Amino acid sequence: MSARDRILARLRAAEPGAPVAVPDVAGYYARRSRLTATELLSQLCARLRASRADVKVAAPDAWASVAAEALQQRGVRRLALGSCARAVTLAAALPDTIETVRFDGAIEGWKRALFETVDAGFTPASAGIAATGALLLNHGGALPRTLSLVPPVSLVCVDVHDLYDDLHHAASVQRWADDMPTNRVLVSSPSRTADIQQTLAYGAHGPRELIVVVIADGETA
Amino acid sequence: MHAARPPRPDQVYLFGTCLIDLFVPEAGLDAVRLLEREGLTVHYPQAQSCCGQPAWTSGNPDEARRVAAAQIALFDQPWPIVVPSGSCAGMMRHHWPALFDDEPALQARARDVAGRVHELAGFLVEVLAVDYSGAGGEPVTVGLHTSCSARREMGTRVHGVQLLSALPGVTLDTHASESECCGFGGVFSLKHADISGAIVRDKVASLSAVCERFVTADCGCMLNITHAAEHQGRPLRGEHIATFLRRRLEGEA
Amino acid sequence: MSAQPLHFVSPAQFRGRVSEALADDGLRDNFRSAMNFLRDKRASQFPDPVETEALRDLGEAVRKHALAHLPALLEKLEANLQARGVEVHWADTPDEACALIHRIATEAGAQRVIKGKSMVSEEVELNHYLEARGIDCLESDMGEYIVQLAGERPSHIVMPAIHKTKQDIARLFEQKIPGAGYTEDVDALIHTGRQVLRERFMQADIGISGVNFAIAETGTLWLVENEGNGRLSTTVPDIHIAMMGIEKVVDTLEHALPLASLLPRSATGQAATTYFNLITGPRRPGDQDGPRRMHLVLLDNGRSQAYADAQLRATLQCIRCGACMNHCPVYARVGGHAYGTTYPGPIGQILSPHLLGLEASRDLPTASSLCGACAEVCPVRIPIPSLLMRLRTEANRAPGARTAQPLAGQGASFSLGQKLVWRFWSGIYARTGPYRLLRWAATRLRRWAPRRQMGWTQHRTPLVPAARSLHDLMKARRMAVSDRDVKKM
Ligand code: SF4
Repeated sequence: MSARDRILARLRAAEPGAPVAVPDVAGYYARRSRLTATELLSQLCARLRASRADVKVAAPDAWASVAAEALQQRGVRRLALGSCARAVTLAAALPDTIETVRFDGAIEGWKRALFETVDAGFTPASAGIAATGALLLNHGGALPRTLSLVPPVSLVCVDVHDLYDDLHHAASVQRWADDMPTNRVLVSSPSRTADIQQTLAYGAHGPRELIVVVIADGETA
Repeated sequence: MHAARPPRPDQVYLFGTCLIDLFVPEAGLDAVRLLEREGLTVHYPQAQSCCGQPAWTSGNPDEARRVAAAQIALFDQPWPIVVPSGSCAGMMRHHWPALFDDEPALQARARDVAGRVHELAGFLVEVLAVDYSGAGGEPVTVGLHTSCSARREMGTRVHGVQLLSALPGVTLDTHASESECCGFGGVFSLKHADISGAIVRDKVASLSAVCERFVTADCGCMLNITHAAEHQGRPLRGEHIATFLRRRLEGEA
Repeated sequence: MSAQPLHFVSPAQFRGRVSEALADDGLRDNFRSAMNFLRDKRASQFPDPVETEALRDLGEAVRKHALAHLPALLEKLEANLQARGVEVHWADTPDEACALIHRIATEAGAQRVIKGKSMVSEEVELNHYLEARGIDCLESDMGEYIVQLAGERPSHIVMPAIHKTKQDIARLFEQKIPGAGYTEDVDALIHTGRQVLRERFMQADIGISGVNFAIAETGTLWLVENEGNGRLSTTVPDIHIAMMGIEKVVDTLEHALPLASLLPRSATGQAATTYFNLITGPRRPGDQDGPRRMHLVLLDNGRSQAYADAQLRATLQCIRCGACMNHCPVYARVGGHAYGTTYPGPIGQILSPHLLGLEASRDLPTASSLCGACAEVCPVRIPIPSLLMRLRTEANRAPGARTAQPLAGQGASFSLGQKLVWRFWSGIYARTGPYRLLRWAATRLRRWAPRRQMGWTQHRTPLVPAARSLHDLMKARRMAVSDRDVKKM
């Protein structure tokens, strides 16, 4: 018998327990009060700022220049980005001092360049979670995972219409379980650690800085 | 813990517990006086001994069952059973029924008895709604220590605070890490004497920082802390809450 | 680089390590302040008791549901992982798990392994195994890295280097990392670690990670972390191997959500960690990065023994948040290493007997005052004190005694002498006559109370019985009352 069969057989031979109901997760989250659009935005921003993210709110026609300015302030010279529409808009707004880097093909061809020469990476978020101050990045396909991970500065934008109360709210409206990309990541701060005497330090292995631009139209901005 | 106030009884049983019986009997007597002061008749079945907790917690359920079974037979009137020790009350109320999972007849009796068990402080507050505003005595600062299982199973800390803070002239001082265990744990203090000793040392230190006298509703903890303090030559002493209350009501310091 | 394997823990060693730890004031202070810090952080995340209890109820319900359907969920997980191209392996024992991983490494010609944090890999002593076979294995979680550099084992399941001060770490880095000078600046220390490890992430052939929740429905592995090393380990190397205990599965993505809320809040007092990393399979066509091959190793190692028993099964509800140890008065005094087990503290005390057998772990179930602080904070409501009592009972049971599901090492603490003491005790306390005699003797012979009373008098003055028992006082009182009544007539 294989280990698999042995283990499963032992589990199946176990003493039956008391009957267990299916947990009512949706019911629990439904009982919680919903935030208004303004509250969603202010809570997301407050949570992110409390975790040391640099958060900007900008109008749809201004976000790219706001983002570009934030990169410039940090002295970013090389910015890695994917090929989505947001990336194209951002690239057009960049000053001459910032060079864009687009990776084509598999990471094996550009691993070292990414680790050693890129200052910042840009990834558009698919959702913002107000309860925890987190941003959803759906990595895979044209949006490599390493873009939000390896460069020391991570730039993320999120549309104000994509804000949700909590993970459950986002996961059910966006129907996450129906289609899981290779790597769904929720980010809530620059990478950090408190492993040395409980002292919080940023830039453990991932980005040291997180810049978030919330794209908001007139009323909410 | 109690949703609605149960009807006020005129008769109660006292379950004195084995520790009070042999080591702190005056606490049991003071509990009786407090109950009588409220006009209750207190019955003390002479055949009682111990709730079985020492055997139960040390992994000897057969022996716990044997001792518990002998107690269950003693409370045949429908009166409340008042216990001047939170952890014993918790044992009787929450664990006695489970001891008899394989003996339905005994289990039914255990359930009935368990349902009538009250910790003394809880009984005074919740059932008798005592009024101690007429108590007297010199102004005094005391600490409060609550047995962990009593706090978690019987809500004893809340009741203790309510009783003590209602006493004129008594200041209650909370010590650092008040909710932390005193390190007693029955056989734990014998089997792992060094760990238990380290925990009670810290407890003595944090109580000593705020008071010389502390009050508790649990004799196990009280003996543990007091005897550890004595061993270290510290003046800290514990007193059972029943004794403290009775003395204040009689106007003693 | 790794320390001696600590699999077999003899009781004598436990007691020895306890006395050592208790004698080390510095160590105790480190733990005390770390515990206070973590307790306060957790409390700040649960300000509303009603909400807290509702969420804990839900967390418990999710874990209980998963365990109730465990074999079916494991098969479902396996099928969905395989459909995504993940190779799934099952291991009964630590050796099997290590051998599986070694085989994957050899077949790929891999030389360098980088590890994200994985307690299961600690449990099977993977570093030791691979290094003995010439494969370089480097921990990348800062705490794990520090502990590995020091040749030690983690002393906490969430904060592996919690026993060390920044001065300890400064000295360690100065000694072990070429070019690193002595500095107590935490940012600088972290920067040093980051520099060393970044290079190694680039070069590694295999990344190994743990798993926080495995979602059967979607074949997703959910990893929770702050540093980004978990993401790097599971993204940059060509091969990703994840390891998990068989209990970590939940049915649906929705079921994982309350756990993902409870875990960081209970563990480090964060609303969410920096990263929730949900991995569904290796690199797909059209993806530009991510591992090209992905494996999951499912480990039993005694878990099915806990599972077999309806009460002990609750042990497997654990989501490894560490809150129980952060709130444990024993852990705060002796620290994580004293236990000598991969999982220290209350969770270790209820889990290790299944992993190692009661023989090797027989001192653990009794090393608790049963204060219940652990169960009060456990996000999935594991009744730890009841499980400790049950394990005490099994350890006391006569070795040959028949039970439905005997535990490995049943009867490890059995002694006829002790059994007789308890029989004798119950014989006295269950019967009126003998107990009356005991009271008589104790009160009358009180002056002869022994000066030394086992462990009690090591730290306390001896107990001396009162002059009269409560029984006597009550009897005297009743007689006085009836005398009065008679006189009144
Ligand atoms: S037993 Fe509970 S408190 Fe302890 S680590 Fe597991 S989940 Fe956390």
